[in-house]
Amino acid sequence: MNVLYFAWVRQKVGRSEEAMDLPAGVATVRALAEHLKAKGGGYADAFADFARLRAAVNQEHVSFDTPVSANDEVAFFPPVTGG
Amino acid sequence: MSAVIHVRVQPEPFDVNDELEALAGDGVGAVATFTGYVRGDGGLTAMTLEHYPGMTEREIAHCAEDASARWPLTGVTVIHRVGRLKTGDPIVLVATASAHRAAAFEACEFLMDYLKTRAPFWKQEERGEGKAWVEARASDDAAAERWRPK
Repeated sequence: MNVLYFAWVRQKVGRSEEAMDLPAGVATVRALAEHLKAKGGGYADAFADFARLRAAVNQEHVSFDTPVSANDEVAFFPPVTGG
Repeated sequence: MSAVIHVRVQPEPFDVNDELEALAGDGVGAVATFTGYVRGDGGLTAMTLEHYPGMTEREIAHCAEDASARWPLTGVTVIHRVGRLKTGDPIVLVATASAHRAAAFEACEFLMDYLKTRAPFWKQEERGEGKAWVEARASDDAAAERWRPK
């Protein structure tokens, strides 16, 4: 899967994008976020409070309960502030 | 009748007159436009807009399709800039064309409200040496919410 980070999530994680294998036992956006948080360092900081994060799967806004699979593009970012 | 939809995300400025000319045509009686600018309040000097290439264009196109399903529009143009912009620079243009003004006005406002809550853009503001990400505002969510069917 491909995981993308934007805005301060990108800054805290220290990268904008990474390819990874679907981690064992991860079936939802929330589980993926927990997995990333457990990596520590900048990830722990970026994923400290899920309430401050939004997610997209394959470029559609989704809730954290949405399933994820091996070929998905998953993105994490703060609430949007365009316009 | 289906609206001709133009969506662009670009660092370059846009020319409002060129965009309005492109929306004109037979059956168009009204074009409403909204232009948003970088507001220089609280010592703000510049901002940088980040987006999600691909998703951003798709989300804006979804918003435009929703608008053209709700109002009898002949055309919709949305241009949103990205990259570093200074105080007074235009950021966003929304233009809606229709036979009559009510549809054009309402659809233009709907599009801005939806864009602000759905299109993946993030603003980082510069004040002096400091940089800070803009926090999403509840008032923007409320503005988008009022368009939901009751």
